[in-house]
Amino acid sequence: MRDLSMHVLDIAQNSVKANAKTVSISFTVDEHRWLTIVFTDDGTGMAPELLQKVTDPFTTTRTTRKVGLGIPLIKENAELTGGTVTIESQPGKGTTLTATFDLNHIDCPPMGDMCDTLLTLVLLNPDQPDFVFHAQTPDREASFDTRVIRQALDGVALNEPEVTQWIRDAINEEFKPILEVQ
Amino acid sequence: MKSIAELEAIRQKTLERVAYRKEADNDIRVVVGMATCGIAAGARPVMLAFMDEIKKRGLTNVTVSQTGCIGMCRLEPMVDVIVPGKTKVTYVNMNPDMVPRIVTEHLVNGNPVMEYTIGAAEDK
Repeated sequence: MRDLSMHVLDIAQNSVKANAKTVSISFTVDEHRWLTIVFTDDGTGMAPELLQKVTDPFTTTRTTRKVGLGIPLIKENAELTGGTVTIESQPGKGTTLTATFDLNHIDCPPMGDMCDTLLTLVLLNPDQPDFVFHAQTPDREASFDTRVIRQALDGVALNEPEVTQWIRDAINEEFKPILEVQ
Repeated sequence: MKSIAELEAIRQKTLERVAYRKEADNDIRVVVGMATCGIAAGARPVMLAFMDEIKKRGLTNVTVSQTGCIGMCRLEPMVDVIVPGKTKVTYVNMNPDMVPRIVTEHLVNGNPVMEYTIGAAEDK
């Protein structure tokens, strides 16, 4: 993966495939420029046996091909910067994946267009799940919640063109100043 | 600052158009491969380029959706265009610069851009 935004899109897609109703993604950049990304979903979750093997690239729930690269790739990139990836999961309750990156590390991939990734997640999944995004630095905070938007739209889909533009503007306005940290 | 109140106006405007479109029920589908391989190869900007081009041209009979890995990762980003009543066309090795031409020639005028298709890629 060329940048962190691609990892975020890929990992969040796992939550979508796990039939989550709500997917939360939070970004925290601390004063030492460590980035923590936490993905939380209420999807099907994983049994302990699968959880133990999930960072192995030849482990996947997919039946067509026995390769699952998303989690191994983010783990490798996080560890290259001295960071970690930890996963907690319970069948029927959901999964939380936490990845940390040292943004100052020479091997840390660029952030990439994170706003486009957040927009893409919403547009590709207009019906379900709901997405809750949160970002925080020591001096700034942003949040976005499709449940609030869905309520205001009352039946109009999130991927209608005018709605899309509104969501794009809202995400850029809120998150760009925080997530363009490199 | 974007406000939730703005969404109410958007909602009213959109409802009329959506009602009209449902009656038509002949949507063209653009399906983008968004598995790990597709994402790593650049599927996200391709998907957003389709969204932008469709909006720019005011095409109300086109929906953009996603699919997973279909096993030809070397040809990602891949996009299927499905026009009702016609054979599915698969575009491969896509990038955002290819999108306006596909929208103009295929989605609007009904002529697939053959040089971007999987058939042309396999012949090389």
